[in-house]
Amino acid sequence: MEKKIGVYICEGCGIGEAIDKDRVVKNGVPKKIEICRNHPIMCSTEGIELIKKDIADEGVNTVVIAACSQRVLYDVFDFGPVIVKRANLREGVVWSHKPQEDRIGGEEGAPQVDQLIQEMAEDYVRMGIAEAEKMLPPEPYLEETFDKKIVVMGGGVAGLSAALDTAKAGYETLVVEKQAKIGGFATKMRKQTPSSYPYEELQPPVIDQIIKEAEAHPKIEIRTGTEIARIAGSPALFDITFKAAGTKSAWDVMSAEEEAALLEKMAEEGEEAAAKGAEPTPDSPATILVKNPDAERFGAVILATGWKPWEPRKEDEPAPEAEGEEAKEAEAEEEPKEPEPTFEHLGLGTLPDVVTNVAFEEMAANGKILKPSSGKPAASVAFIQCGGQGTDEDFPYASAVTSMVALKQAKYVREDNPDGKAYIFYQHMRTPGQNEYFYKSVQQDDGIFLTKGEVVSVSGNGDGSLVLEAKDTLLGENIKLSADMVVLGTGMVPITRDEPVLNFAYRQGPAFRDLDLFDGYPDSNFICFPYETRRTGIYAAGCARRAMSIQESIEDASGAALKAIQCIESVYRGVAVHPRSGDMTFPDFFFQRCTQCKRCTEECPFGALDDDEKGTPLPNPTRCRRCGTCMGACPERIVGFADYSIDSIGSAVKAIGVPEDDDENLRVLVLACENDAYPAFDMAGLNRLSYSPLVRIIPVRCLGSVNVVWIKDALSKGIDGILTIGCKFGDDYQCHFAKGSELLDVRMDKIGEALKSLALEKERVQQVQVAIDEYEKIPGIIGEFVETIQGVGPNPFKGF
Amino acid sequence: MTEEQRAEETKGSILVVGGGISGLTATLEAAEVGYEVFLVEKNPSLGGRVAQLKHYFPKLCPPTCGLEINFRRIKDNPGITFYTMAEVENITGSPGNYDVTIKVTPRYVNEKCTCCDDCAKACITKIPNEFNFDMSTTKGAYLPHEMAFPMRYVISPKIIGTEDANKCVEACKYGAVDLNMQPETITVKVGAIIWATGWKPYDASKIDNLGFEYPNVITNMMMERLAAPNGPTNGRIGRPSDNKDISSIAFVQCAGSRDENHLPYCSYICCMASLKQATYVREQFPDAKIYVFYIDVRAPGQRYEKFYKTIKEDENCFLIKGKVAEVQEDPSTRNITVVAENAVTGEKVQQTVDVAVLATGMVPNTADTKLPGGVKCDPDGFVISDLAAGGIFATGCAAKPLDVTSSNQHATGMALKAIQTLVKS
Repeated sequence: MEKKIGVYICEGCGIGEAIDKDRVVKNGVPKKIEICRNHPIMCSTEGIELIKKDIADEGVNTVVIAACSQRVLYDVFDFGPVIVKRANLREGVVWSHKPQEDRIGGEEGAPQVDQLIQEMAEDYVRMGIAEAEKMLPPEPYLEETFDKKIVVMGGGVAGLSAALDTAKAGYETLVVEKQAKIGGFATKMRKQTPSSYPYEELQPPVIDQIIKEAEAHPKIEIRTGTEIARIAGSPALFDITFKAAGTKSAWDVMSAEEEAALLEKMAEEGEEAAAKGAEPTPDSPATILVKNPDAERFGAVILATGWKPWEPRKEDEPAPEAEGEEAKEAEAEEEPKEPEPTFEHLGLGTLPDVVTNVAFEEMAANGKILKPSSGKPAASVAFIQCGGQGTDEDFPYASAVTSMVALKQAKYVREDNPDGKAYIFYQHMRTPGQNEYFYKSVQQDDGIFLTKGEVVSVSGNGDGSLVLEAKDTLLGENIKLSADMVVLGTGMVPITRDEPVLNFAYRQGPAFRDLDLFDGYPDSNFICFPYETRRTGIYAAGCARRAMSIQESIEDASGAALKAIQCIESVYRGVAVHPRSGDMTFPDFFFQRCTQCKRCTEECPFGALDDDEKGTPLPNPTRCRRCGTCMGACPERIVGFADYSIDSIGSAVKAIGVPEDDDENLRVLVLACENDAYPAFDMAGLNRLSYSPLVRIIPVRCLGSVNVVWIKDALSKGIDGILTIGCKFGDDYQCHFAKGSELLDVRMDKIGEALKSLALEKERVQQVQVAIDEYEKIPGIIGEFVETIQGVGPNPFKGF
Repeated sequence: MTEEQRAEETKGSILVVGGGISGLTATLEAAEVGYEVFLVEKNPSLGGRVAQLKHYFPKLCPPTCGLEINFRRIKDNPGITFYTMAEVENITGSPGNYDVTIKVTPRYVNEKCTCCDDCAKACITKIPNEFNFDMSTTKGAYLPHEMAFPMRYVISPKIIGTEDANKCVEACKYGAVDLNMQPETITVKVGAIIWATGWKPYDASKIDNLGFEYPNVITNMMMERLAAPNGPTNGRIGRPSDNKDISSIAFVQCAGSRDENHLPYCSYICCMASLKQATYVREQFPDAKIYVFYIDVRAPGQRYEKFYKTIKEDENCFLIKGKVAEVQEDPSTRNITVVAENAVTGEKVQQTVDVAVLATGMVPNTADTKLPGGVKCDPDGFVISDLAAGGIFATGCAAKPLDVTSSNQHATGMALKAIQTLVKS
C-alpha cells in the first residue's frame, strides 16, 4: 500500500497559545509530507471536514492528528479504514507543562514561546509521523476450517448447565464426563440450599431435571467414561483427542520437560527416533508436533471439571496424580511452601464417626443418617467449621458454601430425628447476601445450637460416642460436649490445582502455568474479567473457578457459555478476544531470520506459540491476545503486527530530536503501558500537573512488548535515559496480559549488564510500577528520574 | 469490519439499564458476540459505584484500570450505543419484541466539548459534589471526575437560568455549551432487557444509635472517596472535623445490615471492604490503631480468607466480635467512642477513636421505585428475573447483593440469557 500521509495540527485547548505552530511544521513535519494543515479547532465540524476532504480528494490514507490524547475524541477522529495516529500535544504537552519565563524565546516576529515545550510539540509531531509511516492496515486472520462446536469438560451441574446454555443459543455441544454417569456431586445430595426469596426452606435437588433436559436436547451429545487425551490447536481450530477415562493413550501429553528431553533425544538419534515419534503408542505417546488425524475439531472449551473435597494429605502420601520421579520432583519443589495443616486433633481418619461434610452429604442422600461405626442412627451431630489450632480460619478452600452446607446438614439431623440435636461450631458464619435469611431460619430451630468457638479436640468416649472439647465459645468459656458424629466443614479444591485436566498439547505444557500464584485456579484477572483463563478459548465454569453452590454454578455456567460463544464468533470475524477485543492484527513472524532461541514461545503469557523440533515457533493466531510479548522477547526482531512493530515504535524513538551540545537539555524516553501508565499521564495533564519537558512518552500495548532494541536505539541516538512505566507485578499483579511488566523487568535486568559492557551507567535505564490512579505521582517519578540522569550526565554516545 | 458487514451480521438488539460494572459487563459481553446493545445510564458518566472506589479487594488495585479496558472496548465496538443522563420511561411489548422509551435529561453541553475547563473557570456558583458524597463542592459547570467516560462536562440544572450559565456560554470557545437543550425522548426496539441499576448505600442517618450526625463518623463509601487520589482531599484520610492525622479508627460492621430494623439481609461486601479500608489507613498512618467490630468476618473462599489473614498479621489491627450498640461523641474533643459488647468475653468495650467508619450496606436502587414494563422485585427490592418467560433479566446488585467479581460473572451470564431470548424469537 502506498502511504499518503496527512498531518493535522489543532490549535485549540491552549495548544495555539503555548506553541508556535509554524515552527512545529518547519521542524516537526518532514518536507516530503505534502499535506499538512492546521485548524483552530480540529475536532469541530469544519476541522473534520478538512480531513475528510483530503481523504476523498487527495487520497490520504493515513492521518496524523496533532491534538489531544488518543484516549479522547476517538469517535470524532475515526475515518473508517484510514489509519489514524494521534500526536498528543494537549494532555502530553501544553496541559502538563507550565511555560517558564527563562525559557521563553523565538525568532523575531514569531510567537515567543517556552523553548522546551515547543521542542516537545515538534518531537511528538515528528514521532507521530514516523510511526504512522510504518503502520499498515490490519488484515483479519481467517481459516476455512474453523469450527463452531463447543466441548464442555465435566458433566456435573455446571457442565450440563453450560451445555444447555450453549445449545439453547444454537451451538452444537459435546459434554465429556469422566465418570460413568453424568450429574456429578449434585446427584449425591439430599437437598439444596434455598435459591429464592424468602431463602428459608431447603429445596429438592434440581440436577435430575437438568440431566433430563440435557439428555433430550438435540444439540447436546454426552459422552461418559471419557476424558481428554490432548487438546491441540487453537480456538475454532481445537483438535481434541478423547480416550476412555483412566486409560493410557498414544495421544497423552508428556510434561513439558519430558517432551523437551525426548525432542533432544530425537535430534541426536536422527530418523529412527523421529519415526518412533510419528507412530505413537500408549507407552510412547506422541509429541505435540504430531497431529492426530482422527482428532475432533471444536471451537471453544468450557472447563467445568469441578472440585474435590480438601482433605489433609497423609504424611507418606505423594502429591496426587504424580508418580515416580515426577512425584519426587514435585515434592522437592513444594517444600518451601508452608505445609498445609493436618488437623489430627479432630480425629479425621482415625475416628470412624468423624467425617467430612462431603461424606456426610452422601450418607444423608442415601437415607437416614447412620453412624459409620455402628450403623445406628446418629441423633446428635457436631459440625466443625474451623480447624482451630490458634487461628479463626475456616478449613482450606472453604467458602460461603461450607457455611451454608453446615446449616443445611444440621437441618438433615432434625429432619431424621425430631429429637435430634445439631451443634455448629464456627468462627465466622459466612452466609453473605440474602443467604442470611437461611441462617436466621436455622437459628429459629431449637434443636440446632450455633456457637462461635474453637474445637480443641475430638476423641472417643468409650461408649461409642464422641467427645468434643471447645474453648472461647459463646455458651461459656470451655465446654465439653458429647455427639454421635462429627462433621468437618472441608473446602472445595479446584481439580486444576493437582491435575492437568485439559492436557494441552502446547509447548508450555499440559496444565495451566503458575498454579501456585492462582491457588490452583485457571483464571487471569478474576475481579474484572472472571472468565478469562490463562489459555485462550478455555472458559471455566462452576467450582473450577471458585467454590459455588448449585444455584451459583448454574448461573456461573451461563457466563462461561457466553464467553465460549463469543470467542468462536470473534475468531470467525478474524478479531482478537479479550482484552484487545476486536483487534484484527496478529503477530507476523519473519522466519528466515529466526535463531530458534524459543524466547517468544516461553514468554507468551497465553502459551500461543509452540515450536517445532528445531525450536522454530509455530504461531497459533487464534490463541493470541495481541499483547506483543513475543515481539518484545525476540532478540532478532522478527515479530511484528501490521500497525505495531519494532519498526513503527523504533522509528518514533529515532524521530526524537536530541540536542547534541547541550549539557542541560537532556532527553528521556518513556515507554508507557497504554492501559494504565499512559492514562495516568493524561490525568496528570487534565489536572495540570507539570512534569519535566525533557521526556518523550510513547504508549506501548503492554510493557511485555517492549523490545530492548528500542532502548538500544534510543541510547545510540544519544537519548540520555529511558524509563519504562507499567503495571504492578507479583502476587497482586495488575497486568491485563498477566505477565507483561514482570517479563520486561527480567529483560531490564539483562539490559543492565549490556549497559555495563558499553560503559554506560545502569541508572540510565529503569522501570517503575505505577497504577492508573497514581497520576499525582507522575511529576515526582519523572522528576526523580530526570534528576538521576542529570546527575549521571549526558549520554557519551551523543553525536556519534 | 465495515458498517455494511456489521449491519449484515447484527442479530438483534438488547437494552441494558445501568452503566455500572454489571451493566458495562453485560453490554460488552453481548456486543462482542455480535449483538447491538443500547446502554442507558442515569448519571453523566459510566462506571457507576465502582468508579468511586479507591481499590478493589482483595488485590488492592484501582477499579479505573479495569474500567479503562472496558471503556476502550466500548470505543472499539460500533455495536454499542450509550446514553448518559438517561432513564427508561416506559417498556411495552413481549420477549423478543419490546418498545422502550428513554428519557434523556439535558446536559447543556454538546459533543463539541473539549474538556478545556473554561466553563468551570467562568462559573462562580459552587454546588455539592455528589460523586464525593457532598464532602466537597464543584463548580456549576463540571467534569464528573477525571476518569469520566464520556469525557464531557455537565452544566448543573442548578445554575440554569442564572447569570453563571450565560458566563459558561460566553467562556466556551467551542460552542459546546447549549442552554437551550431540552429533555429528549428516544425510542428503541429491542428483543431483551437487562436491568443493572445497582445499589445505593443505606442511609446512615436512619441508624439512630450510630452517631452519623457527628462529623467524625463517616460511612464506608465516604471513606472510599476520602482515600481516593481524585477524592475531596486528594487521597488524604484526615479526621473530618479538623483534618488531623488519624491515630485510631473504628470500623463498625453491619451498620444497618443483618438488622431487622434496617436491612435484614447481609450486604455481602462490607466485611471485605472494611478490611480493605484498614489497608488505606495503614498506608498513611503506620502506627494508627485500627479496631474492627464485627458479628462475623465474612471473608469467604480461599482468596478472601488469605486477604483476611494478611490483615490479622497487622499487630495494631484489632478485630473484636461484638455488634456496636452505640456511637458517642465528646463535644469538646470531637473524639468518638464506640460502645460494644465483646461477644466472647462478655465484657463491655468502650473504645475512643478519632474516626468511626460505619460499614453501611447496600440498598437496591429499585427498592423504592415502580419499575416500567411490569418488572417485579422481591420484598427487599431486588429485581426478580423470570428465566422461564425470558425477555427481562436482572443482574449485579439489582438482582442481589454481590461483590464485583460475582457481579461481573452474573452479568456475563445474563448477557447470554438475553441472547437466548433473541435466538428463540
